[in-house]
Amino acid sequence: MINLQLSGDGFVPPSTNDFNLPPIFESIEWLTKPVLLVFLSVILVSLFFVVSARKAAVVPSKLQFAGETVYAFVRNDLARDVIGPEFMRFVPYLFTLFTFVLTNNIFGIVPFLQFPAMSHVAFPYVLAAFSFFVFHYVGIRKQGLLKYLKEIAFMPGVPKPVYILLTPIEIATFFLVRPLTLSLRLFANMFAGHLLLLVFILGGEYMLSDPNLLMKILSPFAFTFGIALTFFEFMVQCLQAYIFTLLTALYIAGALADEH
Amino acid sequence: MRTFNFAAEGEALNPLVPHTSELVVGAIAFTLLFLVLRKAVVPMFEKAFAARTEAIEGGIKKAEEAQLDAQRALAQYTEQLSSAQGEASRLRDDARVQGAAILEELRTKAQEEAARITAAAHASIEAERQQAVTSLRNEVGALAVELASKIVGEALDDQARQSRIVERFIEDLEKSK
Repeated sequence: MINLQLSGDGFVPPSTNDFNLPPIFESIEWLTKPVLLVFLSVILVSLFFVVSARKAAVVPSKLQFAGETVYAFVRNDLARDVIGPEFMRFVPYLFTLFTFVLTNNIFGIVPFLQFPAMSHVAFPYVLAAFSFFVFHYVGIRKQGLLKYLKEIAFMPGVPKPVYILLTPIEIATFFLVRPLTLSLRLFANMFAGHLLLLVFILGGEYMLSDPNLLMKILSPFAFTFGIALTFFEFMVQCLQAYIFTLLTALYIAGALADEH
Repeated sequence: MRTFNFAAEGEALNPLVPHTSELVVGAIAFTLLFLVLRKAVVPMFEKAFAARTEAIEGGIKKAEEAQLDAQRALAQYTEQLSSAQGEASRLRDDARVQGAAILEELRTKAQEEAARITAAAHASIEAERQQAVTSLRNEVGALAVELASKIVGEALDDQARQSRIVERFIEDLEKSK
């Protein structure tokens, strides 16, 4: 930061505007980079898993083993362990959720792609809306609309006066906090991570192009930090995909349970 | 990248407000991926898992069957062995019994034979003795008569009288013994 101030004016730090990319073709306004990346992720994920699962061999090839490992992770560690005996119904959804979010997140550090689509809040909103719909639908199907709403609003086994405090909190939790935190957590992590990388990479670039020799010498530090942060980002990207899927599974499990 | 900034001249856009087109795209893309994975990936992986589980369980079952077969064969073999041993000992016992019987029979026969020979010998001895006694008696009678007639000088022609005299003489002999 001190280095940046040395240069005085000139450097424009990256801002939220860096996330508003122009359309690739002037005439097609909706076809922006994140939209393209999202479609690319669908194609890549589909291709990879369809090819790896095509043979369904007892003794798997390397490719099948790779696909199976991811699938088994979502199926066993997320779906089965969290949801319990009825988990199989939700495996396709959770599997899609995990692979979709993970791939789009990792696009943030893949050379030339280098943009996490989830830093555009519309995508996390959509995913959270799906999850919101799924877990409420499961709860309503399992317990009936009225009983489900009643269990949410009036948690059983609580003294009556507590409901004054608890009922608004519970309703807000189930219908507002859960979908919002689900989407905003993912969005904010990807947004902040990308911004951080931009700061170091663009800052380094700026320092390198600065006529001041000291700035040129110091610029590798910025790049080194940018590379270190890339590894850190990779961890965050995997973690966020995991958390999003895990929380969805937990919400489904809660809706399936008779009492929460 | 910065040169492409759209909003460079305007005010910053709020990053929390979604683009409508992206909402639609996100929903479509996610649904597409969901359909593909549900249709073509999840069932295949489940099939592979099930086949693997079955293969493992089938292998265990096969091994158990093989073990059972081996145990059955062993039991059969042991049984055969013990029955063969029983058979052998039975044969041995039989042979012993038969041998003893044969021996007994032979002994009995030999004893019978010995008894028979002894009896025959007794009989022949008796007969010979009888014969000797008879001939002796005749000879002794004739000699005695001859002697007496010589001594007495009197011919004893009459057969009956001769016989009576001999009888009396022998009786006297037996009494005097």
